[in-house]
Amino acid sequence: MYDFAYHKPSSVADAMAALKAADDGKFLAGGMTMIPTLKQRLAQPSDLIDLSGVGDLVGITVSGGAVTIGAMTTHAAVATSTDVQSAIPALAALAGGIGDPQVRNRGTIGGSVANNDPAADYPAACLALGATIKTDRREMAADDFFTDLFETALADDEIILSVSFPKPSKAAYQKFDNPASRYALVGVFVAQTAGGPRVAVTGSGQNGVFRVPGMESALASSWSADAVKGMAVDAGTLNSDIHASAEYRAHLIGVMAGRAVTAAG
Amino acid sequence: MPTVSMTVNGKQVSGEVEGRTLLVEFLRENLRLTGTHVGCDTSQCGACVVHIDGNSAKSCSMLAIQANGTKVTTIEGLANGDELHPMQAAFKEHHGLQCGFCTPGMVMSAVDLVKKKPKASEHEIREWLEGNICRCTGYHNIVKAIQHAQQTM
Repeated sequence: MYDFAYHKPSSVADAMAALKAADDGKFLAGGMTMIPTLKQRLAQPSDLIDLSGVGDLVGITVSGGAVTIGAMTTHAAVATSTDVQSAIPALAALAGGIGDPQVRNRGTIGGSVANNDPAADYPAACLALGATIKTDRREMAADDFFTDLFETALADDEIILSVSFPKPSKAAYQKFDNPASRYALVGVFVAQTAGGPRVAVTGSGQNGVFRVPGMESALASSWSADAVKGMAVDAGTLNSDIHASAEYRAHLIGVMAGRAVTAAG
Repeated sequence: MPTVSMTVNGKQVSGEVEGRTLLVEFLRENLRLTGTHVGCDTSQCGACVVHIDGNSAKSCSMLAIQANGTKVTTIEGLANGDELHPMQAAFKEHHGLQCGFCTPGMVMSAVDLVKKKPKASEHEIREWLEGNICRCTGYHNIVKAIQHAQQTM
């Protein structure tokens, strides 16, 4: 790994100042992607600004029909939170299925969402539940936030403060994971929200996480696994790699969507 | 160079590190605590698992400086003098190791599991070990050892 200067500010304002003062600074959340990336010399920031000292970025609150999770809250904290388990059980279950226990003890929701790995789990939850991503300067709907592979609408110096999930009437996430990496080959999050059914798919899209309008309208007519069974997703928009072809992923999306609807009840 | 200080196995330690020094490098090279192993170096194998403030973490995937001010426990910190920790004794009793390379990480991960989910089922134990890879594929006896330690810890 190339060397860098390390900073651990105790407030969002100090973190922004440290980034501004750096030639090419990067924020560090849980580090579960950042540190391996640095170890492989795929990035060479001049400065790392560790957000773990900013205490008000950690915590979970449930109020006004929404679950709000601070950006530096770990996956393990979300998975084991009785508040999340009772408000949005599908979200707690999703967090409990990320990576492995050691990754869940360090990795954070803000880091995951900002990284927007095309096979990460949280982006599917954000998109399907219609989450709001709150930063130091604005609030963004998940629909506007995830823009492309590893790309989001965040400015380089923008810090995620929290992610807020409106409580759905029902929801479930089903992941077909790669047995080695535990990343999703296909992950489908379905939710019955105040604005109707929403279906988000991770692990598959050439441009990252995406919604499936055809399935959403089918579920609006009839919330049942049969409604989405065998429903085709255009394989031309999906990834092919050594783990799975685009056609296989297209097939799996239908299967996992059906399972998710069944699991949601 | 930045200075880090932390409590490792109950002892206060400090040392100079580079920003990029990994926690596992600090433990092995500065403190000569070589029980914590580096297997894959790509965050998958779990041979480097230690506890940070009571939670298991992969010490090859965090910076030494991120552990500044924390309490770290390594495999060397489990036994009480000559008396093995119940998890270590269970691994010995059930032959939960073959070559032994993954064992420090397996034991540290398993101790975290039994503390958090004392009544984990066999299935939950196997799920918990997702982040620990044994290349001798001795998983059956590792699971048996953990089930035994559930009674003795």
